[in-house]
Amino acid sequence: MDSKITNSILYLDNVSVSFDGFRALNALSFVIEPGELRAIIGPNGAGKTTMMDIITGKTRPDQGEVYFDGAIDLTRKDEAEIAQLGIGRKFQKPTVFESHTIWDNLELALNRKRGVFSTLFYRLTTEDKARIEHILETVRLTARKNDYAANLSHGQKQWLEIGMLLAQEPKLLLVDEPVAGMTDAETSETALLLKDIAKTRSVVVVEHDMGFIRDLGVKVTCLAEGSVLAEGSIDFVSNDPKVIENYLGR
Amino acid sequence: MITEFLLSRHEKKTLVVAALILLAAILVPLANLLAPEGSLLHVPDHLVPLMGKYLCYALLALALDLVWGYCGILSLGHGAFFALGGYAMGMYLMRQIGPRGVYANPLLPDFMVFLNWKELPWYWTGFNHFWFAGLMVLLVPGLLAFVFGWFAFRSRVTGVYLSIITQAMTYALLLAFFRNEMGFGGNNGLTDFKDILGANIQAPETRATLFAMTALLLALSLILSSAIVRSKYGKVLIGVRDAESRTRFLGYRVENMKLFIFTVSAMMAGIAGALYVPQVGIINPGEFAPANSIEVVIWTAVGGRGTLIGPIIGAILVNFGKTIFTAAFPEFWLFALGALFIATTLFLPKGIVGTVMQGSKARAERQKAVAAEKGRTAAQPSQGAAAHETQAAE
Ligand SMILES: Nc1ncnc2c1ncn2[C@@H]1O[C@H](COP(=O)(O)OP(=O)(O)OP(=O)(O)O)[C@@H](O)[C@H]1O
Ligand SMILES: [Mg+2]
Repeated sequence: MDSKITNSILYLDNVSVSFDGFRALNALSFVIEPGELRAIIGPNGAGKTTMMDIITGKTRPDQGEVYFDGAIDLTRKDEAEIAQLGIGRKFQKPTVFESHTIWDNLELALNRKRGVFSTLFYRLTTEDKARIEHILETVRLTARKNDYAANLSHGQKQWLEIGMLLAQEPKLLLVDEPVAGMTDAETSETALLLKDIAKTRSVVVVEHDMGFIRDLGVKVTCLAEGSVLAEGSIDFVSNDPKVIENYLGR
Repeated sequence: MITEFLLSRHEKKTLVVAALILLAAILVPLANLLAPEGSLLHVPDHLVPLMGKYLCYALLALALDLVWGYCGILSLGHGAFFALGGYAMGMYLMRQIGPRGVYANPLLPDFMVFLNWKELPWYWTGFNHFWFAGLMVLLVPGLLAFVFGWFAFRSRVTGVYLSIITQAMTYALLLAFFRNEMGFGGNNGLTDFKDILGANIQAPETRATLFAMTALLLALSLILSSAIVRSKYGKVLIGVRDAESRTRFLGYRVENMKLFIFTVSAMMAGIAGALYVPQVGIINPGEFAPANSIEVVIWTAVGGRGTLIGPIIGAILVNFGKTIFTAAFPEFWLFALGALFIATTLFLPKGIVGTVMQGSKARAERQKAVAAEKGRTAAQPSQGAAAHETQAAE
């Protein structure tokens, strides 16, 4: 365990998984470096969400290796453990606690002890309060901190969920379709926010919105049928004939 | 830390209901024992245990609300925990009979003599002590819930499947307790109790005291439950109820969260059963009947799940209705109950308390909107923000 297998923050090698005979991931391999912001594109059903399921412990791969932070084998851990190790995840469909206030959503996400008794006797400290207020500023929800999350717009829920990820203080963020349902202005703000976040940690973003991907201006991986089709700059990838045939051309 | 935990951050309505219950704990015994018979204030003897019984049901419904209303675990087997608490108390009461039984055996309860048993089964030892029985009232339901929950929550059994296995659990216990060989009095159960802690169990003073104890424990359980659900742990429970996987991906061990509240709730149900048995004078396997557990769900739904006070109100109202109704048309009660449940689901999905609360929240929001229009909101910080200030200051 103590000898590093890789220097990458995330390392997937030859990962495959099938659902009832259907190969959702097919010998998928790729690597994310510490501090990297990576965009992932690909047609519907390419396996992008499934890849996140594998990394976060929701789905077990049939074969292949998944290592986090050098030497931690993620295929042996469950969701809660992986989250505590420092991997945060935003779902494709925004998932926040609708019957809690914005404030409580962030308080629950805060990276503190998560046992029954630690939460039972938890008191909000000045430090935690400042941290939540800082995140509220970052995701621009300060004015709404006492509203129920259910009353937020779709785009605001996406932002709240990103705020919850920040509160978790993860080393690696997996963000599944963050700008779905957002206006153009919100979309470009989200790009700025994610770039800002990526200054201090690694981020993997899955998106269909090519304008947004262009705004990010980072290395792009295109998945199709469960494996990597092309990888490189956005111009390189979008000029790849296979990518055009499989994804952009459709 | 514990006192601070118990005293902090209750909602006003919870405190009001707890105070009313405590008031009843004092006034009902006084009105029964001191007010002269025939006076308007007098509470007749037969009503005291009846009201005590309602409060036991209220405590059971409160216990169910903790798991169902706050964590989304629809237990259809809470009657089993209630019955086990009741049996633990019943065993103590049986052993207090001593040589006053029909067969005058100083050690063995009548039903064992009748079965020709020569010695007390090992699991009856200790039950001659009140403290031991009291401990078992908590431990037996708590342990069953812990073991059951350990397997169920770890294997991620949820929803309808979980409800079905809780129902199967209580049914299995029903069948087991019916058997004479189990040593719990078979289908007759445990009855003919004489005294409790040396006091005649039929005496008005004893019954008044039992009522007062029931009310006191109900009020305490309400405060404890409120402290639990309003803590960060309680917020996690609501998170599990509304978005279980989100909670998991935030790093919480959902199975442990569920296991704790399920066990606490089972112990609370056990206390309710233990208070019920001396007041009604009998415990038999019928208490394990699946239908009983379903009735608890109906009381909770009618009162309003996820509100703590709703289930208390629901249990009292529905059982009061049952007393009136069964006196007039005994054969129709089950139909009436079914109709009540359907009507609640259709017209009051949040139950009585939930609907009232929603009404007042909507009013408050309208007022806030009006205030915002007048541009006054900026001047006055909202209540929630003030609460965070004080919490952080401590
Ligand atoms: N738990 C599951 N059981 C069965 N099939 C699944 C499961 N999860 C994913 N799949 C299938 O695997 C394939 C890949 O799905 P995935 O959700 O990963 O695609 P995606 O790249 O995220 O697509 P989209 O862009 O539409 O979100 C799909 O055909 C999907 O139906
Ligand atoms: Mg997807």
